[in-house]
Amino acid sequence: MSGPFAGFKWLALINDWTVFAGGFVQTILLSALGLMLALGLGIFFGLLGTSHVKLFKILNRVYVEFIQNTPLVIQIFFLYHGLPHLGIMLPVFVVGVLGVGIYHGAYIAEVIRAGVESVPKGQLEAAYSQGFSYWGAMIHIVLPQAKRISYPPLTNQAVNLIKNTSVLAMVAGGELMYYADSWSSTNLYYGPSYVVTGLLYLSLCFPLASFAKRMERKLEVSS
Amino acid sequence: MIEELLQWELLSFLGAGLLTTLQIAISSIVLSMILGTILGIARHSNHTPLSQAASFYVEVVRNTPLLLFILAVRFMTKLPPVYAGIAAMTIFTTAMIAEIVRGGLNSVGKGQWEAAKSQGFTYTQTLIYVVLPQALRNTIPPLVSQFTTVIKDTSLVWAVGIEDLTGKGMIIMGQYGTTAQVFTIFAAIAVTYFVFNYALSILARHQQRRLSLRSY
Repeated sequence: MSGPFAGFKWLALINDWTVFAGGFVQTILLSALGLMLALGLGIFFGLLGTSHVKLFKILNRVYVEFIQNTPLVIQIFFLYHGLPHLGIMLPVFVVGVLGVGIYHGAYIAEVIRAGVESVPKGQLEAAYSQGFSYWGAMIHIVLPQAKRISYPPLTNQAVNLIKNTSVLAMVAGGELMYYADSWSSTNLYYGPSYVVTGLLYLSLCFPLASFAKRMERKLEVSS
Repeated sequence: MIEELLQWELLSFLGAGLLTTLQIAISSIVLSMILGTILGIARHSNHTPLSQAASFYVEVVRNTPLLLFILAVRFMTKLPPVYAGIAAMTIFTTAMIAEIVRGGLNSVGKGQWEAAKSQGFTYTQTLIYVVLPQALRNTIPPLVSQFTTVIKDTSLVWAVGIEDLTGKGMIIMGQYGTTAQVFTIFAAIAVTYFVFNYALSILARHQQRRLSLRSY
């Protein structure tokens, strides 16, 4: 009767469904804002990486290598436990958006750089010869072509970003994983809590991941 | 101030954390390389029930946060903490590696299978002597970036109280409160992770160049 998935434990979870729903909404908000920040940073630093100015290239490498080679946990701890020593107290939601945004921005920068570099140089030169400025050529000629090859890895980054918002639970982040952990550690009903939480993450990530896979296959066929 | 941090006891305290981090990372990388390769081959095979089961596992695990597996294995099994960490990391990383292996197998041309078959190779022989060596070469870059992800993600085990490098660092930080000390400890931990991951990625780049030279 009292196995890890006993009926009364499920009933308790159904009774407290608002806890999980609230966390789920917070996870979605966090992911959406984090993704916007990550895209902004990724496009900016990715384009710096394709520039011919050495300083810009160095800035790109420092950002990408430093962020990609250190754990997200440490970066979030730094924002949450480190910055207050400098008198900067950020609400935990802002810590989350900045944390996943900056972390995945570094991965997106690499995706953008690879995408732009996949467009033949002649395209940019042809645009210049037609009187386009650098930004005009980027926006109207290069990026639309880079987009095609960049969409599948970008979507995969969105999936990873959603999953990584869960790291915020380690600083009492008030999102899905935090509530799953705190709800089940008060009543010890781990089974239902983890299954429902897993399914909720799956409901966000699986459609996106399948979409990315379909786009990848389409690219393979057309090339 | 910062000099207080440069004590033997503190450094060995952090060192013990680093050993735990490496123990969990290396064990789960080795285990999931073995399991992930098997699963990747299963997924690639034409035996439908088997490949469907493998696909189901990979899709479910890949689209769920690692932290959830760490919490679940730690609190729902009786494994000792470090082993629970290794088990959870292995469950998750196996799915990631299976996907990479499948991609590698797909990248080997059909002609290779047919040529091997025409030379009298069995399915297993073709896989071991012809396809896997070529597939492996294509999978080195994604595999290595997965390994660096494993090293970074071991820091999640601190969520269930396993004192890895991150955990030990956070414990020390709780005892030394000045801004300079806190930032020094952060820097020390970050640099340690960075050194291991950066070294790994350089090694991979070198290895890949060597392998691609040999094949032409």
